[in-house]
Amino acid sequence: MSRLEVTDLHKGYGGRPVLGGVDLEVPAGSLTSVLGLSGCGKTTLLRVIAGFERAEQGRVSLGGSTLEDGRTSVPPEKRGVGYVPQEGALFPHLSVAENVGFGLSRRERRGTAVEELLEMVGIAGLAGRLPHQLSGGEQQRVALARALARRPQALLLDEPFSSLDATLRSRVREEVHGLLREQGVTTVLVTHDQEEALSLADTVAVLRDGRIVQQGSPAELYEQPTDAALAGFLGEVNLVAADFRGGRALTPLGALALRDGSGAPSSGRGVVMVRPEQLDVRPLLDGGNGSAGEGALGGRVQQCRYYGHDALLEIRPDDPDDGELLLARVLGEQALPSGTAVTVAARGPVSAV
Amino acid sequence: MSTVAPTQRIESRWTRAWSGRRRWPLVSVVGATIAGALVLLPLAFLVVEAQASGWGEAERLLLRHTTAVLLWNTVRLAVACAALCAILGVGAAWLIERTTIPLRRFWAVALVLPLGIPDFVVGFGWVSLDRGLHGFPAALLIMTLSLYPLVYLPVTAGLANVDAGLEESARNLGLGSWATFWKVTLRQIRPAVLGGCLLVTLGLLAEYGAFEIAQYRTFTVEIFTEFKLGFDTSAAAVLSLVLVLLSVAVLAGEAALGGGRRGWLAGPGARRPAPRVPLGRGRAIGALAALAALCGLALGVPVGSLVYWVIRGGSTTLPSASILGALAHTAEFSAAAAALATALAVPVVTLAVRHRNRFTLVLERLAYLPMALPGLVIAIGLVSFSVRYAVALYQSAFELVLAYAILFLPLAVVAVRSAMVHAPPRLEEVARSLGCSPAGAWRRVTLPMIAPGLWAAFALVFISAATELTATLLLHPTGVNTLATQFWAYTTEFSYGAAAPYAGMMVAISAVPAYLLSRRMTGLAARETP
Repeated sequence: MSRLEVTDLHKGYGGRPVLGGVDLEVPAGSLTSVLGLSGCGKTTLLRVIAGFERAEQGRVSLGGSTLEDGRTSVPPEKRGVGYVPQEGALFPHLSVAENVGFGLSRRERRGTAVEELLEMVGIAGLAGRLPHQLSGGEQQRVALARALARRPQALLLDEPFSSLDATLRSRVREEVHGLLREQGVTTVLVTHDQEEALSLADTVAVLRDGRIVQQGSPAELYEQPTDAALAGFLGEVNLVAADFRGGRALTPLGALALRDGSGAPSSGRGVVMVRPEQLDVRPLLDGGNGSAGEGALGGRVQQCRYYGHDALLEIRPDDPDDGELLLARVLGEQALPSGTAVTVAARGPVSAV
Repeated sequence: MSTVAPTQRIESRWTRAWSGRRRWPLVSVVGATIAGALVLLPLAFLVVEAQASGWGEAERLLLRHTTAVLLWNTVRLAVACAALCAILGVGAAWLIERTTIPLRRFWAVALVLPLGIPDFVVGFGWVSLDRGLHGFPAALLIMTLSLYPLVYLPVTAGLANVDAGLEESARNLGLGSWATFWKVTLRQIRPAVLGGCLLVTLGLLAEYGAFEIAQYRTFTVEIFTEFKLGFDTSAAAVLSLVLVLLSVAVLAGEAALGGGRRGWLAGPGARRPAPRVPLGRGRAIGALAALAALCGLALGVPVGSLVYWVIRGGSTTLPSASILGALAHTAEFSAAAAALATALAVPVVTLAVRHRNRFTLVLERLAYLPMALPGLVIAIGLVSFSVRYAVALYQSAFELVLAYAILFLPLAVVAVRSAMVHAPPRLEEVARSLGCSPAGAWRRVTLPMIAPGLWAAFALVFISAATELTATLLLHPTGVNTLATQFWAYTTEFSYGAAAPYAGMMVAISAVPAYLLSRRMTGLAARETP
């Protein structure tokens, strides 16, 4: 197991900078996901780590040995870095077994290695098939087995699940996750899907405009993003005006505790982020304009987006001074029809932005 | 200021291309540069040769009455033949693709087969039967019957791809069936028609054998005569440059008419093949008679004539040593040329597909340039080069092979390109990450994937070289005869019976791929009809 380190990496195409000083640390044996919008440089970062592109500046090292710096570049075949590109990129002229055994020596191919790999990814019966005879999920598994065959020190996955349909995606994702845990291989997974990044990774690094803007555990990122844009990228968020006083944030939704190190000033005005699932929504029983009660805000459901397992309510506060629309997430069975009068209160802790 | 900025941008693009940030495969750059240089070599020496004659001489050559006659002969034949081919090609394609004509599969194959008979063999077939046939009518007849498949084939493909939705929308908007054909269908297949006519015209400009047989003087015939009989290299070079200019003008004309544009599609995946028009009994009989007449004239007469002469010539001379020797030489030269052209096409295509920039674009265009260079012109340029700088090359087998390879490089490039676009470089990268060296990744991944394209390129060049006459007559090593040269020798002394078996052999070599091509076309069409 080896630790992968990227320091101050710069790379551009035709004078247009793509990576502008990327720093990334992937602890040995961990799964780190690099999250970013399309065009942010995710794939370029992987290609530099894999050795398909040269960096203009900066350093890539794996297990203490340098793969790339300003002067030298280890060729891709000598890096010990496995690579699973988007949609698998299986060799179309080779069977499943030949694909998996591609990186093995002739002697290894004759042994049971290929069989074991196919069994490991759960497609033992497909050895003789050609890639076009496989489903999307099966292709991904073959690509993974092929990359793992050489026991790489690090594994790079480029949007590996984006081509799969929704139901298949979550299943393959879980299986791959379990497999990588078992193998304990240092893995970098790039994705634009925040749900995927948060649910799979030990560490998430957010890449924006060619730089890593934040790296941390999924919970750290979700709860304490560095800025409002990142907060919005990771999920729906309410930005609520607050008065900071005595270590608490006084808001129309109540007096809320502040997270440690949330960066809020000890006094003064500012903005806090409240996730939709931090809001408690109660319907007003008489349907009229009854008092909202202490620390809660009166409003009316304007629209209900129903997803089955849960629902997202758009609530317009009665008092325009309390802000624009609020988003609240409730369980599916607690969805309320639009027009319902409600009271809304928030549960802390929150972070300032 | 505004004039300076663009220049700087171009410069920086060039330097970037060469700075190697995107690692250029050195082998491909060297190979493609050699290919480009080879294409330019004959053209360059044509200019050198023409200059050697001096302006006065060039002026005398170009301003004489003969030049005007040649120009008139060439242009009127090109226009008439292109128009006839367009009518025959579109008409036949429409009958096959869009009507319920009986025996569709059979006609689809029969209509393409004339492509497998070299033009000069078609000429031989007609003129040997009727020695009175000569001049413009003979030339027009022979060339139209030989070349109409060049329009028919792309139009068939174009018609098969026209979206039914477009025609239905036109009818829905109130256009009648004829108006729909003119305003919608024909617009969709216009690039195919123009592309076909372009090939017809370029073929006409390059043709020598058929016109010599039909006693019709075009530029190419005159150049050949000046060069071979008059030993006047400079005059031939000057006239050749005019011929090249004509070809370039045809190419430019086709581009200006929008031939390069593809048909527009309404949206992805929404395409549906158009329904076939039912032919009534009377119309079906008329259509069948028309197709039978066309195939009979284009296929029946030349083949029948060959069979007649083979039988009359007596079967005793048939498997003689000389025909087997000629066959062996033909196979040898053609195979060498096919291998060389394919080998040159691979680096050109690799750069053009995977490392697209201005430099590689120029190299790719250069590789297509021989389409506008008649074989005669390439041969004269090569002779001029070898006489001046490489006498050992003059009339060597290698020079002939080189001429074939340059002449048919565009065919190889097209075939290799269609395979290369399906072998993404990403797969080579994956192979690298699995421990392959750059060469190993190419050998184990890209080579097997483009192999069908390489074979197609090899086959196309082989067939074209085996049935090439003009350059072969000029460049074949003294005393070494190929099928084409031996056929020509017998034909010019009116020994039709002796010539026929050689022609039959060439037809056999090229008919097989023409048949396969038509099978593939009809196979595609058949799958689309329910």
